[in-house]
Amino acid sequence: MEISKPEFLQLYYYLLLTRAVEERVTVLYRQGRIAGGVYTSHGMEAISVGYACALQSDDIAAPFHRDMGAFLVRGITPGEIVAQYLGKRTGPTKGKDGNVHLGDLNRGIFAFVSHLADNLPVAVGAALAFKLRGESRVVVTNTGDGGTSRGDFHEALNLASVRKLPVIFFCNNNQYAYSTPLHHQMAIQDVVERAKAYAIPGEIVDGNDVAAIYLMAQSAIQRARAGGGPTFIECKTMRMHGHSEHDSAKYVPRELLEEWKKKDPILKAEQSLKQLGYVDDVELLEVRKRVEKDIEAAVEFAEQSPLPEGPETLEGVYAETLVEVLA
Amino acid sequence: MMTTAVAHEVTYLEAISEALDEEMSQDERVFLLGEDIGPYGGAFRITEGFQEKYGEWRVFDTPLSESGIVGAAIGAAMMGMRPIVEMQFADFISCAFDQITEMAAKNHYRWGAAVPMVIRAPYGGGVHGGPFHSVCPEAWFFHTPGLKLVAPSTAYDAKGLLKSAIRDNNPVLYFEHKFLYRRVKETLPPEDFFVPIGEAEIKRKGRDLSVITYGAMVHIALEAAEQLDQEGIDLEVVDLRTLSPLDRHTIVDSVGKTSKVIVLHEATKTGGIGAEISALLAEECFSSLDAPILRIAAPDTPVPYSPPLEEFFLPKARDVIAAARQLVAY
Repeated sequence: MEISKPEFLQLYYYLLLTRAVEERVTVLYRQGRIAGGVYTSHGMEAISVGYACALQSDDIAAPFHRDMGAFLVRGITPGEIVAQYLGKRTGPTKGKDGNVHLGDLNRGIFAFVSHLADNLPVAVGAALAFKLRGESRVVVTNTGDGGTSRGDFHEALNLASVRKLPVIFFCNNNQYAYSTPLHHQMAIQDVVERAKAYAIPGEIVDGNDVAAIYLMAQSAIQRARAGGGPTFIECKTMRMHGHSEHDSAKYVPRELLEEWKKKDPILKAEQSLKQLGYVDDVELLEVRKRVEKDIEAAVEFAEQSPLPEGPETLEGVYAETLVEVLA
Repeated sequence: MMTTAVAHEVTYLEAISEALDEEMSQDERVFLLGEDIGPYGGAFRITEGFQEKYGEWRVFDTPLSESGIVGAAIGAAMMGMRPIVEMQFADFISCAFDQITEMAAKNHYRWGAAVPMVIRAPYGGGVHGGPFHSVCPEAWFFHTPGLKLVAPSTAYDAKGLLKSAIRDNNPVLYFEHKFLYRRVKETLPPEDFFVPIGEAEIKRKGRDLSVITYGAMVHIALEAAEQLDQEGIDLEVVDLRTLSPLDRHTIVDSVGKTSKVIVLHEATKTGGIGAEISALLAEECFSSLDAPILRIAAPDTPVPYSPPLEEFFLPKARDVIAAARQLVAY
């Protein structure tokens, strides 16, 4: 499959936007302006940008905390994200939750919980709803290498495979689960081995190659839409920052980071864009300028947004009515 | 499956089947998922014949995966379905704890995504199930904001509360007592009826003291009330029916009237729902109380298997009678 110029430029824009949003949030954190933790996808942006761009508007993304790109692609604005981090009322959770714990049913993206792999059975359930109603919609979900050790990961893969549900499982293998290296997480070299036990077709892809991820997501989505069932896609990448911004990640060998720095997904995308003859440096600069403007507007929006009032704590424990979901 | 065209006598168990059948036939979004609920009809035969009628997707046999099943129900609910999960035994709900307390209970609060889902949990002792087929796990979830908990004691309430639970826009844990399945019968009206979530019911009016209880213990309280009646002690039996959100009004009103109270439940005593009700009464009824608040509950042990042990474990009418005599002496 070939990737067209507009497709690639869209991927590139979201790669840059994701990096920029997270870098700005990290600056705000270092300035002491974010009350809670900051978890970034630095160096891993290609994964969620790639899979999210492969979805149609009525599909569902069920991401995890290294998937900022998916939120942006699904239409959560950078302003909403900064507002969420600042605990503002204009964040998608109105201050009820922080960092990347956000979602919006109307924009087809689920909020995840901190308990890793809990999002996977939920993704499978959305796929089950589509199957029950005979819809051709699909769900894409993601977890880390660490998350694949949890029971919910295995229960989700098994259920999805037994009933051939339209769900694609991504795995962001960034080699560390917080401080635990992969070889202390599992006795196998490739996470994709785990999919075999459930008879789910598995693929390994360069997790820093946004075009490869996008194309692989597209073909898995196509298969799922046609009733072919789930696919498991392991993305090999590297977590370039700590688990969160408070973590200096001294346990990661510096050489490993140096090596992966050369494989940065943004650099890689720029090289490919040029090799394909799609852009020159001037055009790349234009995209960067666009992203800078987006970020400035986002920070302004978030800073001007009000904080919630204390008694709003009590709102929303129970649902009185339903949000009308995409149907 | 039963038909409901005319008034008819049904067991508690049949009332549950009827509620499922009626709601499934009226609303295509309602579907069932659980272990062995399909051709087998469920461990207690509640969904017997359902798969023939509604097909294998709406009566969905799952792998043995409580957490996966509840997670899947949450996802389907967010996509506009109304899933009903059957826990084969309430004891196994511990495997799904995380999905219930972290995902289902917090979704709406965090990001406005409602989870209209019912989890049916066959619970309780008296059936020689031992430590893993007898538990009353409601207090674990009582402490979790965002969940609704119901626990019917009669066939009427079993049916009416289940229909309300299915139509509710929140995750509802439906505690159905296994001991009552075939022991409690009632003639139900032919028309659609609902028991609102959040409303207790006074199952027996009385003037001397209130027993606040729910589930199988309602019948223990009523049995005690009959015997005490002969001694001239008039018990009021308040059946909570809904545990969360608690009907504080009915509880406080009843105790305000009788001035004496026993809080009775089958679940173990420490940290149980009775502790919360006792605290509520101490806060809101202190000035009208004429005697200490007494709790009757199972001892703080796992549910034992051997008949003499389980007999010792479960609260009995004689415990209520002894406590009532103690209270009327004040």
